[in-house]
Amino acid sequence: EKADPQKTAFLLRKAWTLYSVTPLYGFRRARLSDYARLLGAFIAAEKQKGLAVEVGVELDIKVALSSLAELRGSELDQAALLVQLSSRSRASSRSSEDKPVWSGWFCSVFGDDLSENVPEHFTCLPLFLSHGAESYTSLVGSWFQKTFDCCFRRLAISPLNLSWMVAMWAGCKLDRAASAVELAFSVPRLSQPLDISYAIHPEDAKALWDTVQKTPGEITQEEVDVFMDCLYAHFHRHFKIHLSAAKLVKISTAVASAHCDGIVKILHSQYLPGVLMLLTELAISQIQ
Amino acid sequence: HIATSLPLPSERDHLRPRIDLVVFMIDIKSKYSLKNVEASLAHVDASFFLGKVCFLVTGVGRVNSCSIDTSAVCKLGEAYCSPVLFCELELEGIRVATAQRLLRMLEICAGRIPGVSALSFVSLMRKSDDD
Repeated sequence: EKADPQKTAFLLRKAWTLYSVTPLYGFRRARLSDYARLLGAFIAAEKQKGLAVEVGVELDIKVALSSLAELRGSELDQAALLVQLSSRSRASSRSSEDKPVWSGWFCSVFGDDLSENVPEHFTCLPLFLSHGAESYTSLVGSWFQKTFDCCFRRLAISPLNLSWMVAMWAGCKLDRAASAVELAFSVPRLSQPLDISYAIHPEDAKALWDTVQKTPGEITQEEVDVFMDCLYAHFHRHFKIHLSAAKLVKISTAVASAHCDGIVKILHSQYLPGVLMLLTELAISQIQ
Repeated sequence: HIATSLPLPSERDHLRPRIDLVVFMIDIKSKYSLKNVEASLAHVDASFFLGKVCFLVTGVGRVNSCSIDTSAVCKLGEAYCSPVLFCELELEGIRVATAQRLLRMLEICAGRIPGVSALSFVSLMRKSDDD
């Protein structure tokens, strides 16, 4: 709730690719400008080696590292760390011409499960989100892995976790008119794979969730199951297809959308901490 | 004998050999398979639950495709006093090992292993689960 909406606005409405990151060894907040310089040099060196990222106009990549103190769950969490890569064409030297090309950020929202068991000199920022070319992600990732002896892994989201997300987020109260709740399924083992998209009016979805949830603020697996079973039963009544036998691959709500490949888009700043808390939990369970 | 759900068609009752073991297969990627098994359980005579039923959860190699809460399956096993086995059929080694395990259970349930009854075997498995 303390997050300044201006500072966190850049997080919204972007597709972020998720990773889990093991604790960083020897990371010091005071050295951010040093790290930025070293990372910049590393990227330049890799480009020289011929791992060219963009063909054509020669671009210098400038690196900026900053802390986002507002992005955390409690005082026990580390403040989020933002990495921004921007390009400046060699033709111009004015900094106003810097074009952002890639951004990534590390965060921990209520990640006590991980941080309370970690030895000294380790910094816990288990969730990493990136936006931009995969080649930059892998350059930044390699540098962090080499420098802080950590390990990045793509964070996939299982259908079970996606159903938690859709139940939780469809039930959120929103002041503005909400977009439809959408579920996308894939049915792979057919001669021609079938993709099914199921859209539900947001007020109907919220009304359904309100009848299912017993204790506000608390969600159980049984409640998520009942919510999903109602949606599946409704679909079966109309189309005679058992969605429960298909694979849930993507969910969209007015709060956020998530894809099983580990890609999320957060649409509403009010629920940003809640979404990040859930994603932090998923990252930690992938690490442990 | 393989069936997609229970009850078995009654027309063939007189041709069917004695059933010694019922293995309920649950695909971790399909919520529907769990619902199907839950519905089929109602058609099994109570005497089978004295060691002649087991649950086999398949597809556990792919954690990222999990559509079922595994603790719910374990609770199902406890509720019906029957063991729950987890396996990944896509890996040959595990497939073979699981088949051998089921075959061994079948031999016990058919009374082919002297000194071990289906009931004593399943209570042995439950004791080791609790440990």
